[in-house]
Amino acid sequence: MNADRTVGEFALNRSRWGWSEMVFWLLAVASIFVFSDRYLILTEIAWLGLFAMSLDLILGYAGIVSLGHAAFFGVGAYTAGLLAVHGIVKEPILALLVAGLAATVLGFVTSFLVIRGSELSQLMVTLGIALLLRELANKFSNITGGFDGLQGISIDPILGLFAFDLFGKVGYIYCLVVLFVLFLLARRIVNSPFGLSLRAIRNNPLRAAAVGIPVNRRLVAVYTLSAFYAGIAGALFTQTTALASLDVFSFDRSADLLLVLVIGGTGYLYGGLIGAVVFRILQDLFSSWTPQFWQFWIGLVLVLIVLIGRERMYRGVMWLPRNFARRFGKTKPAAMSDGGAS
Amino acid sequence: MSIRTKTLLQVAAGAALAGTFAFTAAQAQETVKIGLIVPMTGGQASTGKQIDNAVKLYMQQHGDTVAGKKIEVILKDDAAVPDNTKRLAQELIVNDKVNIIAGFGVTPAAFAAAPLATQAKVPEVVMAAGTSVITERSPYIVRTSFTLAQSSTIIGDWAVKNGIKKVATLTSDYAPGNDALQFFKEHFTAGGGQIVEEVKVPLSNPDFAPFLQRMKDAKPDAMFVFVPAGQGGNFMKQYAERGLDKSGIKVIGPGDVMDDDLLNGMGDSALGAVTAHMYSAAHPSQLNKDFVAAYKKAYNQRPGFMAVGGYDGIHLVYEALKKTGGKADGDSLIAAMKGMKWESPRGPISIDPETRDIVQNIYVRKVEKKDGELYNIEFATFEAVKDPGKTKK
Repeated sequence: MNADRTVGEFALNRSRWGWSEMVFWLLAVASIFVFSDRYLILTEIAWLGLFAMSLDLILGYAGIVSLGHAAFFGVGAYTAGLLAVHGIVKEPILALLVAGLAATVLGFVTSFLVIRGSELSQLMVTLGIALLLRELANKFSNITGGFDGLQGISIDPILGLFAFDLFGKVGYIYCLVVLFVLFLLARRIVNSPFGLSLRAIRNNPLRAAAVGIPVNRRLVAVYTLSAFYAGIAGALFTQTTALASLDVFSFDRSADLLLVLVIGGTGYLYGGLIGAVVFRILQDLFSSWTPQFWQFWIGLVLVLIVLIGRERMYRGVMWLPRNFARRFGKTKPAAMSDGGAS
Repeated sequence: MSIRTKTLLQVAAGAALAGTFAFTAAQAQETVKIGLIVPMTGGQASTGKQIDNAVKLYMQQHGDTVAGKKIEVILKDDAAVPDNTKRLAQELIVNDKVNIIAGFGVTPAAFAAAPLATQAKVPEVVMAAGTSVITERSPYIVRTSFTLAQSSTIIGDWAVKNGIKKVATLTSDYAPGNDALQFFKEHFTAGGGQIVEEVKVPLSNPDFAPFLQRMKDAKPDAMFVFVPAGQGGNFMKQYAERGLDKSGIKVIGPGDVMDDDLLNGMGDSALGAVTAHMYSAAHPSQLNKDFVAAYKKAYNQRPGFMAVGGYDGIHLVYEALKKTGGKADGDSLIAAMKGMKWESPRGPISIDPETRDIVQNIYVRKVEKKDGELYNIEFATFEAVKDPGKTKK
């Protein structure tokens, strides 16, 4: 970046829509029509992307690491499930919000524990919270159904109009719309002064405090926001699959999420989305190719990604579009890779 | 053009059209697809592998065509996570147009697929999961494995008759474990037995040591154990480490803990354990001897009860197709499966026409050494046991 640009200009520049972003969302919309036989995996990608975005909000923007993000996912999932089973909130979108709020409350309460320590203790605390919730859900099996999962979830049509179908079309479009709306919100937030202050905190908390940023309050706020996102992702999961079992809290889920961000990169919101696409597609390809040994191949790919380095791969992938853009004299199409390293 | 020629043309066109339809329909039905969803990775992987092996073995022995249809099995790994199961089942039904879904390593997986079976009218052949209520979740579910109630009630009665007065129980905390506990308790206490200690262990926590200490302190005559297939080896190892084998506390239970798959590796501490179950690799019938020999030859290991569930599951599909003459729609298949009777490696079995659940012999067995290997040797047979979980209602 040029040193003589002002911060305001910088923020404004960042928040402008690059063409690569538009292409990304156009592709997402196109997927509805092109991959009409793969709605289920697309749905998974959509909620996984949202879930990864929620981790990116704290990891990529505020530098909080978490190994227990499934806690919020799980709370969202069970809330949505319980609301549907007991018919408390029938309408899915309303239930989605309630589930998100439930996760938000948990996020707010636990944020005070999480922001206290260094990275290592953050890992432990977040992991602990997720394990705790999992055990609670197991213990109170009269409410949650225990290991067997919540039984008898049936989700009403969205807004009373669109019923979830066997092919998963409605479910996918629903997830995609929610993802997009929440993405816009996240994009607005991270490009606001609030978002910039988070970056300052991530880079150097002491200096951030010295220039007058209320570090702890900001961290609590973003952690809570992230919990809301994760809760929504969990609720989407439950609403599209009509399932909620202990697996929603599992360590694997939190760990997978970190893998998604390893693949996609952090600190530019798209990392979670791209990571989710790549991760799920790889998983699907390998597991239908070799149902027994697919985990080996996934592992191998991850090792390769880390070895080669994401930056170098992007450079390879983005070479053509960049060249293309340079030739037609547009502004730099760097929104995808800009700031991707952190 | 006269009216006559016009009608003739119409008829011809109609016939041609009908012919095309018939042709495409016939083409679509050339193959019958079976979506086999089992855990091939994760903690329950041994279940999936046994079922997969058994299905492959059966198809090698019996060919892959039946009633003029080619059978195609599509194997999918759900790692025993129900949301995977559901997605895979849905994709198999919607994209691959499978005629049957089968497998289901654990109860939650079978539950997750049940609404899809109902909605899409696709038979769901449960080859492993053993909770009673599974078959009630959809009119398209058929089971070829067993229910925990079948074996647990019988071991309960057996314990009472054989002078066991005080029992401590250790069961995995999920639906099948709770079934096992409930049915055992009912029969055991009705006969005058006493439960002195009741411990539920988490399914995903294979460390039994702290629970075993409590068992030891309770000083029962025997301990009733249910852990799912695959965890028995670990359990017996810790049982021996804690010295419970020397304290005279016998292991009894449904046969899952003494899975043939792992039995031989458990060591002498397993000797004398009495379990009730539907299959032992030592079942003394010619059919079973051939089955065990063929399985050992193909995979270099002993088949366990999960393998038999898979073997009978695919047999049921074959026989149902023979009966319908190749008609592979859900309703015809289910109708054909109801009441089906055959001789399995485990003994004579049938599908209950009312509940679509399996009716089979339950054997009481004791672990003994035979030719230097550990086997569950059957010494008492209870014939044609229906699932008590349903007959009670």
